[in-house]
This record gives sequence, structure tokens and C-alpha cells, in this order.
Amino acid sequence: MNLALNMNQAAPSISTAELEIEIREIRKSYGETPILKGLNLEIPKGQAVALIGSNGSGKSTLLRCTTRLIEPDSGEVILHGQNITKLTGARLREARSKIGFVFQHHNLVPRLSVLSNVLHGALGRKPSARLWFQSLATNLDREEAMYCLERVGLAQFAARRVTQLSGGQSQRVAIARALMQRPTIIMADEPVASLDPQAGEEVMNLFFQLSRSENLTLLFCTHHLEHAVDYADRVVGLSKGTIQLDQESSSISVAELRGIYD
Amino acid sequence: MTEASYPLPNRFERPSVVSFALYIFIAWFVVVSFSGAGISLSNFIEGIPNMGTLLSEMFPPKMDRLGAIGKALLETFQMAIGGTILGVILSVPLGVFASRTQSPHVLVYRFTRLLISFFRSVPDLVWALFFVATVGLGPFAGTLALMIDTIGFCARFFAEAIEEINSGPQEALTAIGANRTSRLFCSVFPAAMPSFTNTAMYSLEKATRSSVVLGLVGAGGIGIELKVSMDMFRYAEASTIILFIFLLVVAVETLSTKIRQKLM
Ligand SMILES: Nc1ncnc2c1ncn2[C@@H]1O[C@H](COP(=O)(O)OP(=O)(O)O)[C@@H](O)[C@H]1O
Ligand SMILES: [Mg+2]
Repeated sequence: MNLALNMNQAAPSISTAELEIEIREIRKSYGETPILKGLNLEIPKGQAVALIGSNGSGKSTLLRCTTRLIEPDSGEVILHGQNITKLTGARLREARSKIGFVFQHHNLVPRLSVLSNVLHGALGRKPSARLWFQSLATNLDREEAMYCLERVGLAQFAARRVTQLSGGQSQRVAIARALMQRPTIIMADEPVASLDPQAGEEVMNLFFQLSRSENLTLLFCTHHLEHAVDYADRVVGLSKGTIQLDQESSSISVAELRGIYD
Repeated sequence: MTEASYPLPNRFERPSVVSFALYIFIAWFVVVSFSGAGISLSNFIEGIPNMGTLLSEMFPPKMDRLGAIGKALLETFQMAIGGTILGVILSVPLGVFASRTQSPHVLVYRFTRLLISFFRSVPDLVWALFFVATVGLGPFAGTLALMIDTIGFCARFFAEAIEEINSGPQEALTAIGANRTSRLFCSVFPAAMPSFTNTAMYSLEKATRSSVVLGLVGAGGIGIELKVSMDMFRYAEASTIILFIFLLVVAVETLSTKIRQKLM
């Protein structure tokens, strides 16, 4: 089967460009059940990578281990040349501040305004109490947050409460919050899984445009194989605790990708 | 239908010897309690004429000491407000320490839980006696007693409210690199705020009712006025005081209900 043949063909850009994410021999078990079994992945700066795999294959676990929201049992994570495996406290928070993380459910604070939520994105790079609520924030920070909202096309909703937004709009606010981090990497865990197809398409488009215009490294997992092919430079398939497929998206079809679910 | 493959279960389960003995003991204890509590129908019947006399002497309520009564009532309400506000403010950090999800350490969690249970299980009148003995007679002792009582009630419910909130926004803030304080103020407190306010309003109602009796042990407020009137057989004046207490409690409850409804 041709999947097996393609398995070891790394995308050509990997060896040449500067690496943004290096995951080495990551292992993670829940109790007796191993989820990640010594997984390796290298992503060069500016690349958009789609991570696919069946439910429970460990996609979310892998993303969370990469920023140590879940502590891996062993292995190393090197982000932008910095080994973050052993960092603690303020150093870990600083490393995390450069990674925008977008969740399936937007995870905004529902009772606060859109602008306050976007301002929270800056909390990692400068822990100031004035960022807690938009009413306290400096003019400079408020303007930057407005600019982030403009980039996702929602500046007109800055004063609204998050609960008054649609699912797609909320997810775009979550992206604005990630942009407020001034990130070099954006990770997204099934960001469009709870959106209708059109809103999903819009959000994926936004990710794609942003990663291109700002040279952001993008790692997202998805069950939409079309999204993987359309919006990523590279598709990585996770199965049985390791990477079973790694291909440039231009050289693979949706039909071929279905093989990872077998 | 003649041959069911399984037998019907018994209507009653047969109790074990231990539980049977326990039932007997409980029944005996209830009976003993009735006599221990001095419950006596004859005493009650003999007391009915007295109650009638007392009630008739209470009417019409006497309005000549309205100034003094009004002042004592205001003091009572001020104690309730002061005690509730102080108690609610202190309950916020205690609630954080006493919540499984936000407590900085399991020992802090255990200790805070224990402290809150202690505050709650000692009755407010006992706290009032304690503070009268330490800070002296007057409304300050009452305010402190109400504060402790409020903490016993609020800190526990605050901790539960904190445990119940959705963890998603907190995870998002952790991923951003926000520190613990920022996570508390940006996601935990905003999410728990409706529940906090609800509990605080209940506390104010509770404190208003409690503040009335604290005066009986000299901890300030209208209770002492009531006691003096009853002791001096000035029942018409006592009825005025009771009426005023009733109005205050109803007013606070109405206000609190309005505010809580608005939050829903
Ligand atoms: N906190 C946890 N405790 C125990 N098992 C977990 C936990 N989180 C995830 N799992 C299990 O790990 C496996 C991988 O989960 P996950 O990474 O969420 O997969 P995916 O995102 O690919 O659907 C699943 O079988 C899931 O049940
Ligand atoms: Mg998942």
C-alpha cells in the first residue's frame, strides 16, 4: 500500500528551514494505557501542519504536551530553539506566551466583554493587573487589542459580551486573543469541530491567511480531511501512538488520507 | 404465565440483627427525648390564658419611644451590613483556599475546610459571647460575631461555586502563560460572580435575623431593647419592637430577592 511507501518521505522544506517546533521521543500514558509512544515531529518556521487521526488517537494529548498543559512522561519539546521540557514558573509562562492555543470550544470568559477577553492574550508576556479588564488597561494595550479584533473582522463587537456572539464569531475572538500574544506559533485543537460548515470554512481561512501574512507556524488537528488538504502545507497522521503518515498536502488526496482511520 | 423463571422478590428486606437493634434504640431515644424536652400538654393548656393576657397587653403597640427604637433598629441593620461585608470579603480568599481546584496546597485546603466548619458549627450567640468578653459590650462585638457567622456560611458556598465553574477558560489562560492571580481574577471570579452575589445576599438576610438576638447578650442592636421591655413587663412597647424587627427583616428579604432575581 502506497501509504507505507510515502511514510519516510519528509517534506523537502524540513531539512532546509529553521525549525520552530521539535518534538523528540514524546511518551505519554494514562495509567497503563500508552497514548503517545515515543513520537517525533519537526516543524519548520512558517509551515502549516494538519494533524489527523481517529478519535482517541492522542491528537489533543500531543498538542497539550507540546505546551506542557499536559506533562509528558518523557521526551523533549524544543520551541524556537529553546528546550521547554524542564522549565517552571515564570520561564515556562514566558515560553507559553509565544504560542497561541485555540481550543474546540473557544474557552473565552463568558461574562466579560470581547475586548477584555482579547486583552487577556497579553497576560503571558506582561503579567499586569491592568490587563484583567478592558476598563483598566492602558490606551496602548486597548488599541493593540482593537487591532487584533480588526484582523479577525470583529472590531465592531469589542464592547459586547462574549455570550452575545455566534460560535464562529467566538472562535474568531479566540484567534484575536491568540494574536494579542504576538505569537510565533498557533496551535488549534479541532477549532471548527463545533461550527457550521460555512463558519468553519471562514475560521480555517483566517488561520491560513494569518499564518501566511505573519509567517506564523500553524499546527491544527482536524477531522475535516478537506481542511487538512486545503489549508495545510503538510499533513501528519497519528495512529497507535506514533506518526504513521507525513506528507506534503499537495501530493496527497483526501481518499488517501482516509487510510489513517483504518 | 404459570411458570415464572425467577421468584418474586420479597416485599420487605429482612433487617440484620445490628440494624434491628439500631431501630429499637432510635425509637426508644425519640420517646425519651419528648419527656427530656419537657413537652407537656397540661403545661401548655395551663399556659394558654397567660398567652392570651400577654397578647392582649401587647395591643395596641405603644409608639412613644419610636426614636430610641428606630435608633436601635438602625444599629442592628448596620451591624448586619458591616458583618456581612467583612465576612464576604474574607470569604473570597478562604473560598479559594477551600476549593479543590484552586487551593495552592492540599494542606491549605484541609486546614481552611476545617476552619470554616468550625466557624459554622459554633452558633452565632456563642461567638457574640466570646467577642463581648474580648472586645467589650456593644455593636462591634455583634459585628464580629456576624462576620464569623457569614464566613462559616459564605466561604463554603464560595468554594463550591469555584469548584463548579467551567475549566475551559482557565486552561486557555494557562496556555497563554497567565499566572495564578491573573487566572483567578480573569476567569474564576467573573464566572463565579453570580453565585457569589447570590450567596452574599442570603448571608445579609441571615445576618439581619441573627443581629436581632445578639443584643440579648449585650452585643449591640435592638435585642437588648426587646429584653428590657419584656423584663419590665412593658409588653405594648415590646410589640412595637417586634413589629419593627418584622418590617426590617421583610424589607431586607424583599430587596435581596429582587437583586437575586435580577442576576438570574
Ligand atoms: N485525563 C485523562 N485521563 C485518562 N485518559 C485520558 C485523559 N485524557 C485523554 N485520555 C484518553 O487518551 C486518549 C487520547 O485522547 P485525546 O488526546 O483527547 O485524543 P484525540 O484528541 O485524538 O481524540 C483517549 O483514549 C482518551 O480517552
Ligand atoms: Mg481531541
